[in-house]
Amino acid sequence: MFKIVHAQFLAPGIKRFVIQAPRIARKQQPGQFVILRIYEEGERIPVTIENSDPEKGTINIVVQSAGKTTTLLNTLETGDSILDVVGPLGKPSDIRNYGTVVVVGGGVGTAMAYPTAVALKRAGNRVISIVGARNKELVILEREMREVSDALLITTDDGSYADKGFVTDKLRQLIDNGVRIDLVVAVGPIVMMKAVSELTRKEKIHTVVSLNPIMIDGTGMCGGCRVLIDGKSEFACVDGPEFDGHKVNFEVLVQRNGMYRTAEQQSMEEFKRLQKAEAEEGEVCAATSGARQGEQR
Amino acid sequence: MSPTASKSKNPLSPKERIKVPRQLMPEQPAEVRAHNFEEVNLGYSPELAQQEALRCLECAKPTCTDNCPVGIDVKEFVQRIVIGDFLGAAAKIREANVLPAITGRVCPQEDQCEGKCLLSKKVKPLGIGYLERFVADYQQRMGTHIVPTVEPTGKKVAIVGSGPSGLTVAGDLIQKGHKVRVFEALHEIGGVLVYGIPEFRLPKQIVREQIDYMREMGVEFETDVVVGRTVTIDELLEQEGYDAVFIGTGAGLPQFMNIPGEHLNGVYSANEFLTRINLMKAYKFPEYDEPMLDLHGKDVAVIGGGNTALDAIRSALRLGARKAYVLYRRSEAEMPARAEEVHHAREEGIDFQMLTAPVEFLSDGKGWLTTARCVRMELGEPDASGRRRPVPMQGSEFELPLSVAVIAIGTTANPIVQSTTLGLGTNKRGYIQASEETQRTTRKGVFAGGDIVTGAATVILAMGAGRRAANSMHQYLTTGEW
Ligand SMILES: Cc1cc2nc3c(=O)[nH]c(=O)nc-3n(C[C@H](O)[C@H](O)[C@H](O)COP(=O)(O)OP(=O)(O)OC[C@H]3O[C@@H](n4cnc5c(N)ncnc54)[C@H](O)[C@@H]3O)c2cc1C
Ligand SMILES: Cc1cc2nc3c(=O)[nH]c(=O)nc-3n(C[C@H](O)[C@H](O)[C@H](O)COP(=O)(O)OP(=O)(O)OC[C@H]3O[C@@H](n4cnc5c(N)ncnc54)[C@H](O)[C@@H]3O)c2cc1C
Ligand code: SF4
Ligand code: SF4
Ligand code: FES
Repeated sequence: MFKIVHAQFLAPGIKRFVIQAPRIARKQQPGQFVILRIYEEGERIPVTIENSDPEKGTINIVVQSAGKTTTLLNTLETGDSILDVVGPLGKPSDIRNYGTVVVVGGGVGTAMAYPTAVALKRAGNRVISIVGARNKELVILEREMREVSDALLITTDDGSYADKGFVTDKLRQLIDNGVRIDLVVAVGPIVMMKAVSELTRKEKIHTVVSLNPIMIDGTGMCGGCRVLIDGKSEFACVDGPEFDGHKVNFEVLVQRNGMYRTAEQQSMEEFKRLQKAEAEEGEVCAATSGARQGEQR
Repeated sequence: MSPTASKSKNPLSPKERIKVPRQLMPEQPAEVRAHNFEEVNLGYSPELAQQEALRCLECAKPTCTDNCPVGIDVKEFVQRIVIGDFLGAAAKIREANVLPAITGRVCPQEDQCEGKCLLSKKVKPLGIGYLERFVADYQQRMGTHIVPTVEPTGKKVAIVGSGPSGLTVAGDLIQKGHKVRVFEALHEIGGVLVYGIPEFRLPKQIVREQIDYMREMGVEFETDVVVGRTVTIDELLEQEGYDAVFIGTGAGLPQFMNIPGEHLNGVYSANEFLTRINLMKAYKFPEYDEPMLDLHGKDVAVIGGGNTALDAIRSALRLGARKAYVLYRRSEAEMPARAEEVHHAREEGIDFQMLTAPVEFLSDGKGWLTTARCVRMELGEPDASGRRRPVPMQGSEFELPLSVAVIAIGTTANPIVQSTTLGLGTNKRGYIQASEETQRTTRKGVFAGGDIVTGAATVILAMGAGRRAANSMHQYLTTGEW
């Protein structure tokens, strides 16, 4: 049982949790993630560790509602508990002094890129960050990113905040302005990571992306998280999640992530129906109460 | 008083014993069980057990015991069944085997105890596995667990992995007075027993009962700890005050065939397929959240011929598959699966395609598996394993329509602990080096056993290793000698 000591929305549908997990907090390194299971009937999902405090024994995660599990997770509040949290998993980011690094965060990917940006800065790099979001409300961690970056560029798809456009537009501008870039780190939606990788391939700039395939155990046991890298299968939970963006087969990743779409939609619809029933009847939603019951167990 | 082996209590003469037929295991009818996840075998009644026990010849040199990896005194426990002392029988088994309800169900008896039973020279061997299971279940039903009280030694032991090897070490060392804590990466205790072997062969309730018993004896369990990542072996020894560590992390990593199309949707490793079903209970979706592809009316094949392959394909059948194939590249004689499982699978309607292997998976153009291109094989010269090597037959290619393919061709060593522990020796295949007698590794105070030392093997071999490890760990803990 892992206690949520603090929970707060950063943007609509995006919530940060501070979780008591002393063992994980002691060991976490940038780029690593946890796998969590909210309640007994729940599935295991991977979430990046945004930050940790070894002294207090806590880790932070930032979760965006995507389907049932993340939506349910985002109903939990300070004082609630999560049944299982295991980690830190995956290879840490390869932190070195590269020179100038551009860190690109798309949507909730900004939270996943943040610890890497901090570590890169600490290692002596010049860090230029590009944060992209669909609209103003969804720009997260602006203050934090600004603090660790030598420069921060923001784009929104609809232009409701900062510059209208995509993160790749900003990256293009940097390159066109003659900024020498030694490394690009891109974390976010698959389409974004693919677009960034295509751009930097032409420019011959080494690019690291953080892949998000479907996972179960996170220890290399199930093989479900296999991704195609340079034509070879690798397991994202142990060989990754970070890979050379120029070698990733993004089509296969998109295809495999769609494997359970029908079931996922069924789960989500059932969950929404229950939530609606709860709102209408004022009764405790069965699924949410399942998660809450976790605490007493 | 429990009877001694010296004087037979069996009223039958040896000749009469041979005439008693082997008692059939009551089981769910094939057409019923093919659609549910309940246990196939229903277990002997006390009467059936006693009738079966009467068949034992009480050999002067019991070859059954010699062929049990943990040397269970079969003759003695069977005689206790003859006289109706079922609890005495259970006690006898437990001297050598802490998980009899499990081994009675999953040991490959035909290769071990029963394979060398003297009766098998003339008639069917004694149903040793069935009897072992019977007494273990009987004892459980009677609720007669004895929680031994022992003087604490003040020593602390960490066990990494909660499969049969780790559980055996835990059970043995707690009874010797050491403090024992088991660290498990997953959220459930039991290793392959809970994430691999399905409910219809080994009900999870049985595993849970064994674990509850260990808890009662004082064993502590900590789930959600991946040793090597969450905490290292060095930290356990140096910072957390453990005096010794046992590593029983199992063979974990699934192997793929590296043929085109393996990344298609619908192609699974057996580990993923079985983990979704057993650990995550995807067969109860949507009551449980973990999804599984809908197999109703689909054609499914498993590639491989071991227990894992059969567990996967029989699970697929129970999830509604229309056709369920086993594609195995050798012949039936070489199949490593338990004989009883092959028999049960056939009865349930699994289609065995021997001497067959896929060479490519084809898709519908949208990333979903539709077909396996296969070749037929013939057996050539023996290979390194001593089995005849399968060789593809020219011009034998054919296409098999499939929605789901499950690859069950074996596993390799999980490297997480080895790569994060200084001075821990491994062999070229990445398994941990450990002495065959003492299970000592190259690191002082660190022992290892089970599949992570031998490569994928059996439950009882993992338990045997656990027993040897516990003995030498006890010696190390009490003398400090390495
Ligand atoms: C290494 C890694 C780090 C991640 N970090 C974060 C993070 O910091 N914050 C965040 O909000 N999200 C993160 N994700 C994504 C997150 O795991 C998925 O959004 C979540 O699993 C979706 O579950 P769901 O039930 O809410 O949605 P579903 O409706 O089940 O699925 C929505 C989509 O999420 C993906 N998905 C579903 N199940 C899994 C699973 N078990 N594992 C991985 N992906 C799955 C699928 O592509 C699916 O189409 C990360 C993923 C990985 C692999
Ligand atoms: C599907 C299937 C069916 C089988 N059927 C049979 C059968 O019928 N009869 C038979 O005798 N044998 C059978 N076997 C083989 C048998 O299950 C194994 O040989 C046996 O379980 C090995 O035991 P073990 O203790 O070495 O490890 P495992 O049972 O593999 O357990 C290892 C445990 O360690 C955990 N772990 C791994 N790494 C770490 C880490 N870093 N930190 C913490 N924990 C960790 C794992 O999560 C796991 O729980 C079968 C195997 C499979 C996969
Ligand atoms: S433990 Fe296995 S091999 Fe030994 S007697 Fe029991 S069933 Fe036979
Ligand atoms: S070998 Fe067979 S007949 Fe002989 S003692 Fe063992 S079980 Fe009985
Ligand atoms: S999640 Fe199972 S191997 Fe990576």
